[in-house]
Amino acid sequence: MSEKELATRQSGEVRKTEREPELVLRPPTDIFEDAEGITLQLDMPGVSRERLNVQADRQALVVEGNAEISMPEGMEALYAEVHSTLYRRSFTLSSELETDKIDANLKDGVLTVRIPKRAELRPRKIDIRVG
Amino acid sequence: MFGSLTNLESLFDEFRRIEQDMDELFGRRPGPAGIRSVSRGTFPPTNVGATPAVLDVYLFAAGLDPKSLNLSIQQNLLTVSGERQVPVKENATYYRQERFSGEFRRVITLPDDADPDRVEAKYRDGVLQISVQRRESASPRQIQVH
Repeated sequence: MSEKELATRQSGEVRKTEREPELVLRPPTDIFEDAEGITLQLDMPGVSRERLNVQADRQALVVEGNAEISMPEGMEALYAEVHSTLYRRSFTLSSELETDKIDANLKDGVLTVRIPKRAELRPRKIDIRVG
Repeated sequence: MFGSLTNLESLFDEFRRIEQDMDELFGRRPGPAGIRSVSRGTFPPTNVGATPAVLDVYLFAAGLDPKSLNLSIQQNLLTVSGERQVPVKENATYYRQERFSGEFRRVITLPDDADPDRVEAKYRDGVLQISVQRRESASPRQIQVH
């Protein structure tokens, strides 16, 4: 319970307290590009397939996830470095990427997103004839 | 020549004031830090929770091979070490490399009533959960009043 809620209860007032904005974690991400496309890898420990949402339109890729941590009832925090269970991060996309052919894979809390480039825009090897 | 000394002091006062503001903002508690605590951003981030019966340690370590993990407990000191290798793709241009790669080791001080003989660990969805039972004496006991 936050101090604010506690204070309200102690004063005996029955009014709705304003919720503080939820803390969101920004997953550490690797991004690389090769001839076929762009690959993103995000660390989202605690997130299962059912609690992961990857959305893309022509402009942006949005990744959201909710970590599910099993905890015994009545647990108190002794020490915490992770203060939220909500992950969110977004990236802008560019027109040479095929956003309708995005492939996403989640394994042990690592999300891999593969975005292919349009075939006609992949670099072609140019043969050099020796004259 | 010494005139600037007072300015310097007020500058440090200013630093201290900014620091206090930041403490309030991030909710960092004043007072001494744990002797084995680490700086922010150390891999893997760790939470420790407790009930009267059990101590739970959560290590947020995605993409690990559980076989590479080394867990040991000595009295109330829990040590977790291992390695996470993030392969670097050849012939690729990297724009971001934020994920941790390499060996890690974390030492976690548990309360004194941790029972080193009753420890369980599981790895699921990239979270390593280590449950350490507490000794009986720590559980609250009902005391009869005659």
